[in-house]
Amino acid sequence: METRKAIHMVDITKTFGEVVANDKVCLDIRPGEILALLGENGSGKTTLMNMLSGIYLPEGGRICVNDNTEVIRCPRDAYNLGIGMIHQHFKLVDVLTAAENIVLGLNEHKLIDLKNVRTQVKAICDRYGFVVEPDKKVYDMSVSEKQTLEIVKVLYRGADILILDEPTAVLTPQETEKLFAVMRNMKADGKSIVIITHKLHEVMEISDRVAVLRRGKFIGDINTADTNPQQLTDMMVGRAVSLNIDRPEPKEPVERLMVQNLTVVDADGVKRLDNVSFTAYGGEILGIAGITGSGQRELLEAIAGLQTMEAGSSIRFMPPGKEEVELVGKSPLDIYKLGVGLAFVPEDRFGMGLVGSMDLSDNVMLRSYKCGKSAFTDRKTPRALAQKIVDELEVVTPSLNIPLRRLSGGNVQKVLVGREIASEPSLLMSAYAVRGLDINTSYTIYRLLNEQKARGAAVMYVGEDLDVLLELCDRILVLCAGKVSGIVDGRAAKKEEVGLLMTHLEEEAKA
Amino acid sequence: MTQLISLFQGGIMFGTVILYGATGEILTEKSGNLNLGVPGIMYMGGIVGLMSVFFYEMNNPAPNKLLCILIAMGCAFAASVLGGLIYSILTISLRANQNVTGLTLTIFASGFANFFGGSLNKLAGGVGQISVATTSAAFRASLPFAQDLHPILSMLLGYGFMVYLAVVLAFVTNWVINRTSVGLNLRAVGENPATADAAGINVTRYKYLATCIGAGISGLGGLYYVMDYTKGTWDSDGGIERLGWLAVALVIFSSWKPKRGIWGAYLFGMLSWLYFYLPGLTRRSMELFKMLPYLVTVIVLVVVSLRRSRENQPPAGLGLPYFREER
Amino acid sequence: MKNKERTCNPEPFMRISKRGVVMPLWKSLGIRAIALAAALIVCAIVIFAIVKLNPIKVYGAMFEGAFGTNKRMWVTIRDMMMLLCIAIGLAPAFRMRFWNIGAEGQILAGGIVSAACMIYLSKSMATIPMMILMLALSVVAGGIWGFIPGWFKAKWNTNETLFTLMMNYIAIQITAYFVALWENPVGSNSVGVINSKTKIGWFPEIFGQDYALNVILVLALAVGMFIYLRYSKHGYEVAVVGESENTARYAAINVPKVIMRTMFLSGALCGIAGFLAVSGASHTISTSTAGGRGFTAIIVAWLAKFNSFVMIPIAALLVFLDKGAIEIASRYNLSNHVSNMLTGIILFFILGSEFFINYQVRFRGGKQKEVQA
Repeated sequence: METRKAIHMVDITKTFGEVVANDKVCLDIRPGEILALLGENGSGKTTLMNMLSGIYLPEGGRICVNDNTEVIRCPRDAYNLGIGMIHQHFKLVDVLTAAENIVLGLNEHKLIDLKNVRTQVKAICDRYGFVVEPDKKVYDMSVSEKQTLEIVKVLYRGADILILDEPTAVLTPQETEKLFAVMRNMKADGKSIVIITHKLHEVMEISDRVAVLRRGKFIGDINTADTNPQQLTDMMVGRAVSLNIDRPEPKEPVERLMVQNLTVVDADGVKRLDNVSFTAYGGEILGIAGITGSGQRELLEAIAGLQTMEAGSSIRFMPPGKEEVELVGKSPLDIYKLGVGLAFVPEDRFGMGLVGSMDLSDNVMLRSYKCGKSAFTDRKTPRALAQKIVDELEVVTPSLNIPLRRLSGGNVQKVLVGREIASEPSLLMSAYAVRGLDINTSYTIYRLLNEQKARGAAVMYVGEDLDVLLELCDRILVLCAGKVSGIVDGRAAKKEEVGLLMTHLEEEAKA
Repeated sequence: MTQLISLFQGGIMFGTVILYGATGEILTEKSGNLNLGVPGIMYMGGIVGLMSVFFYEMNNPAPNKLLCILIAMGCAFAASVLGGLIYSILTISLRANQNVTGLTLTIFASGFANFFGGSLNKLAGGVGQISVATTSAAFRASLPFAQDLHPILSMLLGYGFMVYLAVVLAFVTNWVINRTSVGLNLRAVGENPATADAAGINVTRYKYLATCIGAGISGLGGLYYVMDYTKGTWDSDGGIERLGWLAVALVIFSSWKPKRGIWGAYLFGMLSWLYFYLPGLTRRSMELFKMLPYLVTVIVLVVVSLRRSRENQPPAGLGLPYFREER
Repeated sequence: MKNKERTCNPEPFMRISKRGVVMPLWKSLGIRAIALAAALIVCAIVIFAIVKLNPIKVYGAMFEGAFGTNKRMWVTIRDMMMLLCIAIGLAPAFRMRFWNIGAEGQILAGGIVSAACMIYLSKSMATIPMMILMLALSVVAGGIWGFIPGWFKAKWNTNETLFTLMMNYIAIQITAYFVALWENPVGSNSVGVINSKTKIGWFPEIFGQDYALNVILVLALAVGMFIYLRYSKHGYEVAVVGESENTARYAAINVPKVIMRTMFLSGALCGIAGFLAVSGASHTISTSTAGGRGFTAIIVAWLAKFNSFVMIPIAALLVFLDKGAIEIASRYNLSNHVSNMLTGIILFFILGSEFFINYQVRFRGGKQKEVQA
């Protein structure tokens, strides 16, 4: 491989307040290679690439593009240097069409000339094997279509260096294969590609070379052919970690939650959940797999009383030592009043589970502030509980009085999970509980879930990492487009099998 | 019939004021800035336009009509842009809350305008009200033959040029927003500034320009009110402010489409005058009927909130500050 | 690589970043003080430009206008209490991120019923029951005026900013109707001072002061609102709803109920302000009874971050400015609208100064402008 450098980054430093996101990172990108940028969540991969694409400005260090030192001050600079980034959260305007999004900001013509755009887009699509409908509105597109559009947009602007930030997180295994094929086509065409990921098998499959970041520092780079997943893991986490997640056998599982014919239609009239039926048992962890947006969120929210359900839906909840209750038609307030021990760790921490501007103890009392007859809130109990959570879960915080938003993602999640577990639930639902957390915190969360399972709680775990689901859960329910496409045994199932269920509904018969 | 015609004419007059305000505010809101300072900006446009020609007429015994118009419009536009600039500096660069800043601008400008409107003549050493008869006449001049036409035609053609300018501006704004690259970029800035930024659009510049030019257009509404409705004098009864708020409401009514704002403005204008032409009203009940445009606005707001379609929504980034390094 | 034009400077002129740590109190107060000083200087320049009066004398005259005599001082205090009362009323709504721009209308609603009591019940009631009745009715009237947009917001998410604003004008027209109805003397187009001889329905003197009751009432409300927002379950709910409706629903809070309840409360307190204005201050009613204070109070509440006690100095400053400016205007026979202009200038500066408290700025080549605490 030639050693000329397309990009040469030296001693790049970037801080956010007190947090050092990148600490003197050096990185090279060579022409015509696929470089995997590997690191745990929060290791600074995205921040580093954002400085290359002009979103952030480095506070120290320099960037050379084709042997010239450049200052990339804004995304336009990056485009002009032939650098294009496909962000994890797509940078698309929902109410515009694909073609409008592609020409956005280019000002090639005074008037919008969509005809010309269509021809050029078609040329790019034919060359690399994409499909893009130029007149489709973005809000009508699937995740995969949006990602394709993003790549076409970057290519349209003449990018020679493409940066993809966790492109496979939202794709099915089949869509991932398609993406990889396209990436190989682009590489063959002489483009350099950086893929940001923390999935080792993808690194092994697609990349020519791997660079590893850990806690904002550059650890090293190595040709993919000369390494193996174990070595990369060691580089990524700093020490050898056991990849095994604990999974005790369920003890005397009892029926806890019986969902039947659950159907949810959203405000736009789209069926989010379609006739979903399953049973969750106390003493087991039921995993829920599926492509993001297949109805996971709606399912948990429906059980928590946050969704309106169609007629015929039934959610029977059998709390231990209490009478069976029907949850359909009950508001969160009704469910709270029943005192049945339903805990819910929602996906959107600050959008639903917590209040970012409030301090720890105020957040801890979010679910229990109604206790007691007094018109005033009880401050002492939540404060003691907050202290307990901080101590037991090793939450790193300067004090209990700090607004929660100022804590890091992992500590925030510990507070949220700690609060939900403190209520000694008989049903614990969690959505993407480890998203954005480092490996250590993730393991803490797995341990907490297993403790609840051992206590006899029914645990529902919505996850995106199939490896974790297959190691943690006793059974896995797979959702596809709002339908249950299968329920598999977590110990026996193969990853490919689950991947297929995520995309193919005809497998329903087997379940 | 004559009553109906004069209702129509009154409606066009107030409607034009509202239309300027709304067209400017649509442009502003398309960039994601919700400027509640529109009434204030219209005050600025009105008073500064008036003051500029007041000094011109005072110092020139035989003022040139064309120059009068140019001075008034230029100064009104510039003052309104200045108002928009204050708002922009505070909300875009200093990231102050948009609603609070807008309201402050309205408080400031209502004070500014009514103070100078009430005291200017005194400060200039004169007595009584300020008046710019020549300029006002120039603004109100319609086509010379319009009055002799059939009543229906003269109802359509018998106004000063600013009535037609408002319609033209609404169409032009509509065209710019929907047909040009600049408009496309502007829509992106208002919908999703982070995306626009990543696409290489200078978000700050677009926000500043849209807000300031929008303010300039809104301010012309105040000038028209002063030159046509109050005939070149100042009236500190808050009439501009009332119409300014209706203009803000019209933005929602027109679902951010300047073309749709045109007939909405005239409708609001006519509703404002309806009390005057309804038979059998006492002075007391007239007061109650004067609330009609506001009541209708409330009903419109409720109706808009009931039917939600994807195409008629406000710009998604409306009211939110943008900070690139937000994390 | 194609040779493309460069659009950006090699290095940015200045960089802005969010403060990692909260600024210590003395520093943030210092920044506000600087902003205030700058604003007062600008105001002085403006006044100087208009009346050619020595800037120091300007403030002397303004002080004279606000506190020069015992009576003036009490009028200043009275008006300050009025502004404070409205700001207290707006606090819960704004804490909930409900843009209640409708204080003017809610004040008038309270004012109309107070005036009605004074006119129609002037012969039949003793002072204390009369006061209680007027208070109760103004609470209900203002409350309903606030509740209506709250209801629509809760049911259909109707835009509250414009709804409350339009409710102002509807209230103004209703007031105009009653002014025409109660006109006294006929043809004056005003109600005149109600019960000017009997003083029925007027706030009674306490400690020999006409306006002592205003002070007591409003300060009690201030303390009450502070406790309500900070320590009550209702206040907690208001804060959660304000942060995120989804979080509130998750926390088993009945969001529509909280919105409607809070808006009733907000309107009710503004209604009390109307009662204060009519029964406790002017003893008459007109379409300008609220006089724009409903808008100024929004900014008072906002700048104080809904803390009743912080509102007191802000309200005091604005009322002082108002009184002082009116004094200057009347001395020179100018329009007293100048006070709004000065208020606007001060607020611009204070709003702008918030930026320097929340962000830090660094200039090209230079060191950090402000040392991180």
